[in-house]
Amino acid sequence: MPKIYLDYAATTPVAPQVFKTIQPYFCQKFGNPASLHSFGQEALKAVDFAREKVAKFLNCQIQEIIFTSGTTESNNLAIAGVIAATSIKKPHIITTKIEHHSILEPLKYLEKHGCDVTYLSVDKEGVLNKKSVQQALKENTILVSIIYANNEIGTVQPIAEVGELIKKENEKRQKQGRGKIIFHTDAVQAIEYLNCNVQALGVDLLSFSGHKIYGPKGIGVLYIKQGTKIKKIQRGGSQEYYMRAGTLNVPGIVGLGKAIELIQSLSHKKEIIAIKKLRDKLIEGITKTISGTRLNGSKNLRLPNNANLSFAKIEGESILLHLDFEGIAVSTGSACASGSLEPSHVLLALGLSHEQAHGSIRFTLGRDTTEREINYLLKILPKIIKKLRKMSPIK
Amino acid sequence: MAIKYSQKVIEHFKNPHNMGQIKNADGVGQVGNPMCGDILRLYIKVKQNRKGQEIISDIKFETLGCAAAIANSSIITDIAKGKTLEEAKKITQTNIAKELGGLPPIKMHCSNLAASALSAAIADFLKKRKI
Repeated sequence: MPKIYLDYAATTPVAPQVFKTIQPYFCQKFGNPASLHSFGQEALKAVDFAREKVAKFLNCQIQEIIFTSGTTESNNLAIAGVIAATSIKKPHIITTKIEHHSILEPLKYLEKHGCDVTYLSVDKEGVLNKKSVQQALKENTILVSIIYANNEIGTVQPIAEVGELIKKENEKRQKQGRGKIIFHTDAVQAIEYLNCNVQALGVDLLSFSGHKIYGPKGIGVLYIKQGTKIKKIQRGGSQEYYMRAGTLNVPGIVGLGKAIELIQSLSHKKEIIAIKKLRDKLIEGITKTISGTRLNGSKNLRLPNNANLSFAKIEGESILLHLDFEGIAVSTGSACASGSLEPSHVLLALGLSHEQAHGSIRFTLGRDTTEREINYLLKILPKIIKKLRKMSPIK
Repeated sequence: MAIKYSQKVIEHFKNPHNMGQIKNADGVGQVGNPMCGDILRLYIKVKQNRKGQEIISDIKFETLGCAAAIANSSIITDIAKGKTLEEAKKITQTNIAKELGGLPPIKMHCSNLAASALSAAIADFLKKRKI
């Protein structure tokens, strides 16, 4: 039986070049970069090298890169750190209804502890209108956090436009002698495919991880623009410019650096074009051959590797498992399979009914996806849908 | 929380028993709603055995739902088939889940749904008979 992985948005395999690069940092070059001796300095050199690569990729300074354990930590640090640094009594935060849980959960917590949060709606295509950000701004707004590309439906938000808007607002505020609004984006799904030049985006904070870009798990980054009012939330040593205490994950950092280098390689652009072509074939193949299907999220303003489709009158988890029996790994938008019974908040935010949201599947392609694999999926899937619909009491 | 299904759940989900409709069923019970994602419909045929007791002689299901909902539907048809109505009424959520080799806590309600569908089918039969 073939083994076909179509869940690259969940995680990616470590690229062989990345694996090769990090191997010496376990048994031989194991030093703690905080140590002054040669073992430590050897590790520090590798960390510095990786930090430079990341800084170059984001077009920022090296001291603006903070290594964390992943995007969840980066997002938590961004939010809690900004709140810790403010003197405003009831700070206001603007975000969207389609953020990842690592943004929504910290914000829900803060709401219970005296913060005011606005959750902006997106349109039925899953895209935010920047005007809604303008309209939501309040006197006490200190933070705007918007996901760059959504993890479930892959829709891309107008980050640079919002960045421009906040810049203008901050210019006004500066004249009035008021504090700035800080702009954060969760870019974890975007790094592989979109422009992440922080100057062009106009962001003050940006989060991402290694394991979505063919790097290792357990490593992430928070970009913090110099001068941003933010405080550390984890106390201990003086690592990461006093922003994030804890011994550095050297193999993780080295791997992340290598993964970033691969994204910047010439062949990467070709890979993206090939992935998009296969993704389009997948969407067309499914929507044309299977009745009662719909693509969730904008067709054009979406990541090139994402297809999220709803199948009427059946449940996502059942499709997922039947595909798995055939060797194909996908993900479901129905939260049933992810340990909660609530359907996806992202799909509901698009205006899908509970039924439609429960019957959806996310296919995410990657560098190793082949046309043969997509053909196999297109051959298998209609049979599975037919079988499940036959079983359903709703005809 | 990560979900892990027992081998038995996967077997019943993969090859469900007694799937389909019964035309001229003596009782039909449907529970669940599209909001939570699961809809379960059971069809029963009732006959008298040699002792003169009413038994479920045939039972079939149609289900829209997750693997747990489908596996529960399948196993309850196995459990109920041949049972007297009195015995069938006593089938509980716990019996069903046990037969399946356990269920993830978050999916326990699926067993409850299956037991409710059977009760509803029996109630439907009894109601129809009165008329």
